[in-house]
Amino acid sequence: MSTATDPRATGEAPKKAFTFSMLLYDQRYRSITIQVFFLFLLMLGAAWLIDNTVNNLRALGRTFSFAFLNAPAGYDINQRPIEYNSQMTHGRAALVGFINTMILAVMACALATVLGVIAGVLRLSNNWIVGRLMTVYVEVFRNIPTLLWILIFGAIMTEAMPAPSAFRGDEPSASMIFNDSVAITNRGVFVPAIMFAQDLGTIRVGPVNPSIVWLLIIALIAAGIYVNKLVIDHATRVQNATGVRPKTWWKSILVLLGPVTLLFIVLGAHLEYPELRGFNFAGGTHLRNSLIAMWLGLGIYTGAFIAEIVRAGILAISKGQTEAAFALGLQPGKTMRLVILPQALRVIIPPLISNYLNITKNTSLGLAVGYMDLRSTLGGITINQTGRELEGMLLMMLIYLAISLTISGLMNVYNNRVKLKER
Amino acid sequence: MKKSLFAGAIAVTSLGAGVAHAQTLDTVMDRGELNCGVSTGLAGFSAPDANGVWQGFDVAKCRAIAAAILDDPMAVNFVPTTGQTRFSALASGEVDVLARNTTWTFTRDIDLNLTFVGTNYYDGQGFMVNREIGVSSAMELDGATVCIQTGTTTELNLADYFRANGMEYEPVPIETNAEAQQQYLAGACDVYTTDVSGLAATRASFENPDNHVILPEVISKEPLGLVVRDGDKQWEGIARWTLMALIAAEELGITSANVAELAQGTDSPEINRILGSEGDFGEMLGLSNDWAVRAIAAAGNYGEIFAANIGDQTPIGLSRGLNAQWTQGGLMYAPPFR
Repeated sequence: MSTATDPRATGEAPKKAFTFSMLLYDQRYRSITIQVFFLFLLMLGAAWLIDNTVNNLRALGRTFSFAFLNAPAGYDINQRPIEYNSQMTHGRAALVGFINTMILAVMACALATVLGVIAGVLRLSNNWIVGRLMTVYVEVFRNIPTLLWILIFGAIMTEAMPAPSAFRGDEPSASMIFNDSVAITNRGVFVPAIMFAQDLGTIRVGPVNPSIVWLLIIALIAAGIYVNKLVIDHATRVQNATGVRPKTWWKSILVLLGPVTLLFIVLGAHLEYPELRGFNFAGGTHLRNSLIAMWLGLGIYTGAFIAEIVRAGILAISKGQTEAAFALGLQPGKTMRLVILPQALRVIIPPLISNYLNITKNTSLGLAVGYMDLRSTLGGITINQTGRELEGMLLMMLIYLAISLTISGLMNVYNNRVKLKER
Repeated sequence: MKKSLFAGAIAVTSLGAGVAHAQTLDTVMDRGELNCGVSTGLAGFSAPDANGVWQGFDVAKCRAIAAAILDDPMAVNFVPTTGQTRFSALASGEVDVLARNTTWTFTRDIDLNLTFVGTNYYDGQGFMVNREIGVSSAMELDGATVCIQTGTTTELNLADYFRANGMEYEPVPIETNAEAQQQYLAGACDVYTTDVSGLAATRASFENPDNHVILPEVISKEPLGLVVRDGDKQWEGIARWTLMALIAAEELGITSANVAELAQGTDSPEINRILGSEGDFGEMLGLSNDWAVRAIAAAGNYGEIFAANIGDQTPIGLSRGLNAQWTQGGLMYAPPFR
């Protein structure tokens, strides 16, 4: 900028007419020329790729169409969070796969975060054994590929757990745990499910039919969290005004759990226990081997990375902060919660986002243990049965891209809230 | 960012499509090797032996084609493909011919732009269960957990069969036969379903084959064929007529033992035409006239290949059944060499 000569500043008036050579030799225009040139090359390359694809598809006698999404899928999916059977469309099967992907991603992110925070904090522990144990966990898990962990957990579930038939007979060689409520078999884990004597039915939201009861529960929990925040804010205001913090724990419990408990009682909630029927256990909720292997594999593997991020975040806060907090008379627990962690979060959140993204993308390894995620349904069976590789792959990439951008967008909103406010 | 990602994806796919229309025969001759897509390992059909040499019923077909073209049955590069990768491997030109238990269906033939050159083995889908669970019919499988290879016709047949009979099942999707075997033996599924020939071959490799029973119901027709890409008539002809030559050879009594002798000329005009002492059928295919002699000498005629790899005398122990010659009450029927 500064090198460009401004005619008015220098007092000269060399209003030279524009010539084409100036595009190359005049610094004012050269950078634009170069950029336009490369943009042109990029577009040329893209055009060539698209043209090549279109030509080759035509040469193969193929068309580019997403009509296959409306054709009956013909195959069954074992884990069906929404209603699905083999007569429904490929699009519906892809939706089932998408929801399965999200279920796994949420479960694995939660497990990884819990493990990571615990391991990261404990690795800084003054207790030698605890510190070293966490070091072993971190180093072992993050240095072996996640696919191997998934396969190992899958193999443990299939090979080491008893078959359902082992639970049968007068002298069964295996038995259910937790007062006959949970069965761990080589086909997955069967846990009790919450059922309601009074069902409020479902409502239709686009392609899915969520149960009204569960929507109500989610709404009550969300409202509870909001009211709880108001209660705590009020307590803080009272503390600031009077110096005495009113007790809030019983209000919090009442607000958070009260409405949901009331709803459960009104609707007659009860547990449905799994029981052995025919070949398999029936009733309850079936957590399949594939889901458990993926969940543990991804969660524990990524937890090791998050542990390092948390440790780095805590170490990034200077020791002076701790000492200052101690000097003010804060206890170690409160020092961590009120002084260290709020500052550490600023360091922790950005790399945490990329680990959540990694988990979400790594769910596509599900095929290795037969987990029916988006990659296995749309990107696997559907592509194979319909032969629409190009369309299927593009659609799948688009969906993963959308998921990832959404996650990073949401996490960035959170990051903006906790980051250092510069004024 | 999004744009470049998009373009990259298209680039990858279009790279593959570009090769599809080269003249396959010239490519194979230049390369000096036939790329043959086989299964990832199914005893008797295609599996490497102790020395790492591929052996089996499907493998022998590839060796016959390689012998017909390159005069060397060992000039084959075997590419293991799963149920999911096989068609992309063929469409992209990674393999020249697919000799892998692949069912001939309408959509694969028409919509996937593949050409099935003929039926190699007439099969049907069956169920295998452990004798211990005491099931004697597929109709008793309500509620069972079923191991199934994904991306196959068996997956669709299974869904149809259980739905038509009003039964429930829990599918356990699996990629390869070896994985299915491991899951089934570990008891992670009650039932393994695939083509009956595949079940027999898998069972033969078990420690105690007698503990497992293949249920009597055969729920589908599975004509397994050799597959090539659409759009290369010459290559399609070579693959089809090599297979037909092997089938016709059994019917006409040409074996690997007597083929050299018969090639000198016989009283039978059809044998002469196949073996090239009369007419120029080989040249019409773009090969030399004794192509069929080399193909048959590679591993024998259809019957010899069957007996050596999957027949009664082998551990797999499949009877000829539908795969006998039409003269013996089977379906193996080569069109006339005329």
